Formats: sequence, structure tokens, C-alpha cells
Amino acid sequence: MIPTNYYIVLSAILFGLGVLAFIFKRNIISIFMSIELMLNAVNLAFVAFSQAMHKLDGQVFVLFVIVVAAAEAAVGLAIIILTARNRQSLNVERVDLLKL
Amino acid sequence: MTAPLIIFFVLAALAVGGALSLIFQKHPIHSALSLIVVMVALAGLYLLLGAEFVAAVQIIVYGGAIMVLFVFVIMLLNAGIEEHTNFSKLAGFPGLLLAFALTGFIAATIARSTDTVQAASQPGNMASTRDLSTMIFKDFVYPFELTSFLILVAVLGAIVLAQREKA
Amino acid sequence: MNAFLYANAWLIITVVKVALLLFIVLTVNAYLTWFERKVVAHIQSRWGPHRVGPHGLLQPMADGLKFLFKEDPTPAGVDRFVYFLAPLLALALALTSIAIIPFGPDPLPWKILGQTIYLGILPPNVNIGILALFAITALGVYGVALAGWSSNSKYPLLGGLRSSAQMISYELALTLSVVGVLLIAGSFNLTEIINDQTSRYGILGWNIFPQFLGFICFFIAAVAETNRVPFDLPEAESELVAGFHTEYASFKFAMFFIAEYTSMITVSCLCAILFFGGWLSPFPATWTWTYYLPTVLLLPAGLWVIWDGLRYETIFGKVILPGIGAVMCILAIALVIFPGVNNFIQAPFWLLSKIFVFLFVYVWMRGTLPRLRYDQLMAFGWKMLLPVSIANVVVTSFAILRWGAIK
Repeated sequence: MIPTNYYIVLSAILFGLGVLAFIFKRNIISIFMSIELMLNAVNLAFVAFSQAMHKLDGQVFVLFVIVVAAAEAAVGLAIIILTARNRQSLNVERVDLLKL
Repeated sequence: MTAPLIIFFVLAALAVGGALSLIFQKHPIHSALSLIVVMVALAGLYLLLGAEFVAAVQIIVYGGAIMVLFVFVIMLLNAGIEEHTNFSKLAGFPGLLLAFALTGFIAATIARSTDTVQAASQPGNMASTRDLSTMIFKDFVYPFELTSFLILVAVLGAIVLAQREKA
Repeated sequence: MNAFLYANAWLIITVVKVALLLFIVLTVNAYLTWFERKVVAHIQSRWGPHRVGPHGLLQPMADGLKFLFKEDPTPAGVDRFVYFLAPLLALALALTSIAIIPFGPDPLPWKILGQTIYLGILPPNVNIGILALFAITALGVYGVALAGWSSNSKYPLLGGLRSSAQMISYELALTLSVVGVLLIAGSFNLTEIINDQTSRYGILGWNIFPQFLGFICFFIAAVAETNRVPFDLPEAESELVAGFHTEYASFKFAMFFIAEYTSMITVSCLCAILFFGGWLSPFPATWTWTYYLPTVLLLPAGLWVIWDGLRYETIFGKVILPGIGAVMCILAIALVIFPGVNNFIQAPFWLLSKIFVFLFVYVWMRGTLPRLRYDQLMAFGWKMLLPVSIANVVVTSFAILRWGAIK
């Protein structure tokens, strides 16, 4: 039996790495991927708590988070394609004008 | 050290390694591959936690749909190696500090407050997929319906956004 | 030594099973190429391979040797890591998915190292069988997409883009078309899905009757998932040279090839298991004479092989073919003499025959159907297949609500 704390700490580490990637990355797609990493870290915590409490709510929440992530990816990637088409660049530092 | 513990550490190392690699890889496709490694490792952890349905959904939806979309967009836009200006390199250091602080804070807080959870947790078999579906379609039926609406809106939004403007 | 063997019996047996299954699958793959070339040739009024060995039976070995000894150049400017990863990924995922298929209901009649041995790698009580299969297929896109991207060449890139779009689109229909079967069986476990199709009337219990629409959707989507004709746009040779594997040669190309044929086998297994009763016989259980069908089929086949081999002028034909024929005849006679063996062989016999029929359909389609245009493919997937499979799910669930599960 693995202590629940191990999972929680792993989840925190992954979340921190996600934050770090979010700050450090400059490619807009990579930044988007680090958001997915943070969502995944939170999911791990949900499932770990669900197992510890013997309640399924956590797993249901994970399913909802996955659905939201899918919707987010669809819209976000559409926005990225649009930005890349308009600015000819994926670097977020080039996207600094509200109007072209 | 028992076998589940070893498996846990292997999967945890894979996940953390994948996350680190996501940060340090220069090319977006390599970052995407690292993220897939993280997701597969997490699916393994879910299996270890007895959440087999969530593990399968994690791989099918995250690995098989969302990440394929990312790879597809990277291929479509022909994204090259990431560029870093001097200013953005500067942003890395406070970012590192902040991220460490955040991780430490979250880990400490949760680890301290989970003593009660730890006490309450007992080993035993997890509920099956059947119970999970009962829960979704009975207790969480309104949020479930709401997500379907959300997906509809997302699909419409994606179509409207990605559509080329008519000349 | 003995104690060690017994202590790790489960592990050892699993490893042996994996090695055995790998050997069988690779051999079947090799002869599937021979079968495909023969059938397509006959559809097109040609002979197909017939020089290497009798009926070209040694052709797969010649091809295999050729694959191994060809020069294996790595094109300039490729992303080396991903370039090498892609074929490995494709092959590994395709081979893993076979491990989930159960090949028979009963364990072997004797125990080895104190373990009950089931046909198939996983024990029959794994609850997420079909979900695991879908998870593995879902990852299969990466092999193709990454191969296309890493080759640093325009045709592979176009092939990779096409295939990732195609596979995402058809995966939805693939998964949804199975939901009807899952609703009827009430389980993700493949063994339970098969057992649920048991009925007094044999063939009438199979899922193909209540789920005909589901089967059509499933088969079309599965063919698209495996990138076979008429959905082989990722490798359309008239437009894209060879699509995503244009820049691959020698054994790396062979890996993609084996992956494609292995996923054909997996899809055929799934069709048989989900919709055609898996290892169940199409005849009612009371017709005991049908138990002798394997013998009845094997004996004439063996006699024909002996007769055919004796006509050959080469040593190989004169010796090997009659040898194989004799073995088949002896097996057929043994089945009559030992009813226990005969009973055991029934389930795998029916499953393998059904798989064979689906493999034939695959090859038949390749010989007859033209390739779809890209926009037709997308329109068909999204506007036709997906709504139909969703409608199938809705109708099935209402039917189950109204009348209960059909049995």
C-alpha cells in the first residue's frame, strides 16, 4: 500500500514543473502544453484522494477535467492557428499588439 | 520495498523526467513527446490507484486525442526551435524561484493536512466502472449535461476561429 | 532451481506465452503478405508469387531476408531520435494490442508449473479489456504522424498530416460504434462479451443481428484506422510516393509493414469477438455432429496438399508438401480418436476461422475498391459515420430501456 502523501507530493512537484514551464517557455504551443501538465497534476491529486477517501467523486471530477481540457485544447489550438497565421510567429513575445 | 512501491517510484520518475524534459527540450514536438510520457506514466499511476476507467480515459482522450491535436498543429504550422530573447532568459530565474516556492508550499500544506485522510484511508478494493457510471449519470447528471453544452460551444468556437475569412 | 521455477511460475509462463504469441503473429504476418498477393493476383487474373517454392510459399522468407539485408540509409536533416522512435512505436503498439485478445474459453487441460494456462496473454478476468485496446490504438497515431514529421521531406509530412487527421476523425466513430455492444453485454471484458452472445440457437445470439449498423460503422472505421484500402490516403502512392514511410528503408520500413498487418489481425479479432460471437459455434449446441467440422475440413485439405505436392518436380514440393499434408491428415484423424482434444479445439477453431474470413475481406476490399478522395474521406467520417454510430447508441440504449437486454 503506497501512502497517499507520496501521490500528493508527486502531484505538487508536477504542478510546480508545469508552472515553471509556463513561465519559462516562449513558444505558445509549449505554454499551452504546460497548462495541460498542470491539469494532469491536479487530476493525480483527485484520483489519489478518491482512493484514500473511498469515494468516487474524485474520479468523476477527473473525467470532467479531461472533458474541459479537450474543449480547451480545441478552442486554444484554433486561436493558436489564427495567431500564427496573422503574425507569422509562434513566439509569445511577438504577440504584443492588440491590433495589427 | 514492495513491488507496488517500486512501480510507483519508476512511474513517478518517468513523470517527473518527462515534465523536466518538457521544459528543457527546445523543439515543440520533443516537448509534446515528453508530455505524452508524463500522461502515460500518470495513467500507470491511476491503474496503481485502482482507477482503471480513468486510466483508460486518460490515455484515450489525453494521449490519443488532445496530444495528437497538439502534434498535428505543430506539424501544420511547421513550428521551429524556440527562440529566447535576453529578457525571457531573465524571466527564468524569478520563475524558478517562484515555482520552487509554490511547489514547496503546496506540498507542505497538503502533506500536513492529509494526516486525517491518511488515518481515514483503509486498504480495500476500489469501486467498479459500473459505480462510476451510476455516479456520473445520477448524482452528477447536471454537470454532465453542462459539459456536453461546453463541448458544443467549443466545437463551434474552434470552427469559427479557424475558418479562413472569405475574400 | 525447481523452487525458483515454481516461485516465479507466473512470470516465466507469461514470458514464454509472449514469445510464443510473438512468433505466431510474425509468422502469420509473413504469410498474410503471401495470402494478400495471391488473392489480389487472382482477383486481377494473374498468378501472383509462384517462383520461390511451391505456390510461392517461400516468398515471405525471401522478402524477409531482403528486408534485412537492404542498405539502410538515414536521410540528411532528419530528427534522428524521432525518426528512429516512430517505427519502434508503431510496431510495439501494434504487437501489444494482440496481447489483450483471448483466444479460447478453457484453460489447457493440464497445469504447467502449477499454473492454469489460458489461451491469450492476459488472464480472462481483466475488466478493462476493450478499453485497454482502444487506449493502445489511440496511441497508434503517433507512429505514423511522427514518422511523417521527422523525415524532413514533403511527401511524408503530407502523409503524416493526413493520417493524424484521418485517425482522429475515425477513432470517434470506432469507439462509439462499439458502445452498442458494450451496452448489450454490460461489460468491458472481452470474455464476458463473448459469453453474453451464447444462445440456444447458435448464430442467432450473435451481436451482429441487433448491432448490424454498429458492425458496419465499426468495420469501416477500423479499416480507416489501420490505413488500408480504400482509406489508405496516408500512403497513397499515386499522390504521395509512399506517404509517411517514404524515407524509411530496410528493416525500419519492415517494422511499419509488420505493424500494419498486425493491426489488421487485431481488427479482425475484434470484429469476430464483438459482433460474431468470438469462439462460439454458429450451430446450436445440440447439433453434436458439427463438432467434427474441423476434422472434415482438415482431412480433404491434407489429402489435397499431398496430391498437389507429389505433382511438383522440385525436391521441396515433393517432400515438404506431402509432409505437411500427412501431418494435417494425422491431426484430423487424431481429432476423431480423442474427443477431449476435439472438444478443446472447437473454440479456437471457430475464432480462427472467423478471423480468417475478416482477413480475406480486407484483402478482397484491397483488390476491388478504389481509394477515396481526401475531402470525401473527411466528409464521410464526420457527416455519415459519426451521426450513424451516435444514432445506433441512442436506439440501442432506448431498446434496452424498453425491453431489457436482448437475451
